[in-house]
Amino acid sequence: MIRVQSDRFDAGAETEALGAGDIRAGCVATFIGRVRGDDGLLAMTLEHYPAMTEKVMEEIEREVRARWPLLDVRIVHRIGRLAAGEAIVFAGVAAAHRQDAFAAAHYVMDQVKTRAPFWKKEHRASGDRWVEAAKADDAAAMGWEAKRK
Amino acid sequence: VVRIRYFAALREAAGCGEEELGLPASVLTGHELVRWLARERPELAPALASPSLRIALDREVASFAAPLKGVREIALFPPMTGG
Repeated sequence: MIRVQSDRFDAGAETEALGAGDIRAGCVATFIGRVRGDDGLLAMTLEHYPAMTEKVMEEIEREVRARWPLLDVRIVHRIGRLAAGEAIVFAGVAAAHRQDAFAAAHYVMDQVKTRAPFWKKEHRASGDRWVEAAKADDAAAMGWEAKRK
Repeated sequence: VVRIRYFAALREAAGCGEEELGLPASVLTGHELVRWLARERPELAPALASPSLRIALDREVASFAAPLKGVREIALFPPMTGG
């Protein structure tokens, strides 16, 4: 399940929902990304490409399910203006075994960072600026391709 | 007529998120589109010259060498920074 929303999400409820009612789901791994308030950062605005965002996130869900034996996947990404400390993204998976769950949650985040069409603008007292993509993020996302071979 | 969409810094440079443009017959690929747009919309030229510029054709990330024939929506944007 994927969702894009401007409202806050309830990480506890999202986590509870993962694999709920499926007794095979021996573990759940989750990741929450928050707005990091360093260097005087006050807030961020997240812009996205409607329709393409959902399409790419659904692709990522299909890929991660094909790659690891998962029982459930939930990816929630927020858009709009978010203050420092607010949650931006939730990625969670349920699986029978923790190795699969940890790896799958890691994969989802590496792919969302570099492939889902979101752009962040940082707001500071000194002004606004667009975040530049980190080369390390591209390398992390590409690293999964190398592991497949 | 094709719909061109701009995101992030490109949207700000363009002053709009999208526009409908009639492309000249000589514009067959993303490379040619970028060259043509930079002349048509000089305010976009610096952003279009960025080596990290990305293109999506009908909501699928594509190569600038890919043909535009039959494409209804073209998006231009910087590298994604979600998550």
